[in-house]
Amino acid sequence: MSTLTVEDVERIARLANLELTQDEKQLFTKQLANILAYAEQVQAVDTTGVEATAHVNAQGVERADEPTPCLDVSEAVANAPDAAPEAGLFRVPRVIG
Amino acid sequence: MTAFSTAREIRDAIVTGKASAVEFARAALARIDQTNPTLNAFNHVVAERAIAQATLIDQRRAAGATLGPLAGVPVALKDNLCVKGVRTTASSKILDTFHPPYSATVVDKLESAGAVIVGKTNCDEFAMGSSNENSAYGPVRNPWAPDRTPGGSSGGSAAAVAAQCVPLALGSDTGGSIRQPASFCGVVGLKPTYGRVSRYGLLAFASSLDQIGPFTRTVGDAALALSALSGHDPMDSTSSPEAVPDFTSALTGNVRGVRIGVPRAFVAEGVDDAVRRAFADALSVLRDAGATLVDVDLPHARYAIPVYYLICTAEASSNLARYDGVKYGHRAATSRDETLTTMYSRTRDEGFGAEVKRRIMLGTYVLSAGYYDAFYLKALQVRTLLRQDYARALEQAEVIVMPTSPIPPFKLGEKTDDPLQMYLADIFTVSVNLAGLPGVSVPCGFTEGAARLPIGVQVIGRMFDEATMLRVADAYERATPWAGCIAPL
Repeated sequence: MSTLTVEDVERIARLANLELTQDEKQLFTKQLANILAYAEQVQAVDTTGVEATAHVNAQGVERADEPTPCLDVSEAVANAPDAAPEAGLFRVPRVIG
Repeated sequence: MTAFSTAREIRDAIVTGKASAVEFARAALARIDQTNPTLNAFNHVVAERAIAQATLIDQRRAAGATLGPLAGVPVALKDNLCVKGVRTTASSKILDTFHPPYSATVVDKLESAGAVIVGKTNCDEFAMGSSNENSAYGPVRNPWAPDRTPGGSSGGSAAAVAAQCVPLALGSDTGGSIRQPASFCGVVGLKPTYGRVSRYGLLAFASSLDQIGPFTRTVGDAALALSALSGHDPMDSTSSPEAVPDFTSALTGNVRGVRIGVPRAFVAEGVDDAVRRAFADALSVLRDAGATLVDVDLPHARYAIPVYYLICTAEASSNLARYDGVKYGHRAATSRDETLTTMYSRTRDEGFGAEVKRRIMLGTYVLSAGYYDAFYLKALQVRTLLRQDYARALEQAEVIVMPTSPIPPFKLGEKTDDPLQMYLADIFTVSVNLAGLPGVSVPCGFTEGAARLPIGVQVIGRMFDEATMLRVADAYERATPWAGCIAPL
């Protein structure tokens, strides 16, 4: 039986880059614990020697590594909440605190 | 002739000059204006664009040009499908202002077949939900009973077809998001084989499960649409090079001798009485039409819900990492001394709704160190066993039938407090996505009582054999009155 604590939820939220409110942390601790307890039933299935299916069309797909047309810079930054289109750049807050 | 006709009737009327594409576009737009205050099926309508496209079709006809198979057919698109320059939100606050710089391949294919796009339909945020209640723009209401859900996640597309705003709408189906709302709204909903239709331009939820497909009022229209949508696309390397037949030519009406698998043990429990009765009646209709019913066993199908929710959330947690307030959409305000990481986290908290956050959290957890083997890898292994169950069953039978949903449309608000209860209602749809198979839901009756609520039956085919699946669904439709039943709106 997995037990999930608020600290676990805070750790996962950090991994997922989600700044949760206190209420959300409490609610998700309860709801995710419920869902995981239910999902644990898969552990009862004997899967010895069974391959994993990550994808139903698992054959490798290759193509020639050649440049093809793509969006130009002005189109690529057109939807950005903060950009310097003339320089072709996205603008973001500082990276190091 | 009005927008109430089927896609085929509309196309024929335009080709023969009985009506113009502009008339049909105007009729569709008027019906949307009339019904949307009640249904909330559309997030946005592109009236001017639609009239311009329809005018082009009429000009092409006047010039004697050959018209495409969907010429002048008004179409609605789920709002997670990109149309160049047309606002596309996935019903999420985080994409509230997004105008894609390119169109989805299905959009290009529809437009080159002559279809006229009239608007973008409401859905659960990023296609995550089974009731359309997870939309940032409010829930969609069921045209048969406005106090009930139209199903989800493609609830707006299903409601738009049921309310006769359009004869054809596209949705996406990751775990039942086309078939279940089709069932709830009394229309046809088709999920193609994984790889049949390009996913390029579909805002990704779970990439190994997502497929785009049509909602229509008849199986014939679904076959017509599938032929137009299918085919390999260099922009989606998982799209299949498999040849695309003319699916409409498969609709012979003859199912004599076709072996239809019934997973009796799987459908024995947890099914509402009205659904059980309608399903039993559907089996009788198919047997009377000359099909042979055979019992099939899907022993791992009982694990489909946990397997599905472990896999789809893992994929979602990765796919939705791109929404970070940098490239598009919402960005949270930060003070001068706050950093990029704070901006990411706050943007995502403000921009995503509760169900999307829950799934990102669950997916992140099952992929994290210490839990990967016990949850994610285990789910991928059980997925293999489930696929093998289906492969064996589809050796004994050419198609499998089962109810689309174990319950009829439920009331808005009925399941919102308990996410697990909402997930459990997906029991009959999710395994089809895990196995990659095609499935189509067709109306098979109604509940009795004050509210007459639609019920659907699902036909599941072999990989890339949508033709046989559609032949069975069409034969069933011809033998029953349900396709002619119109929502009382």
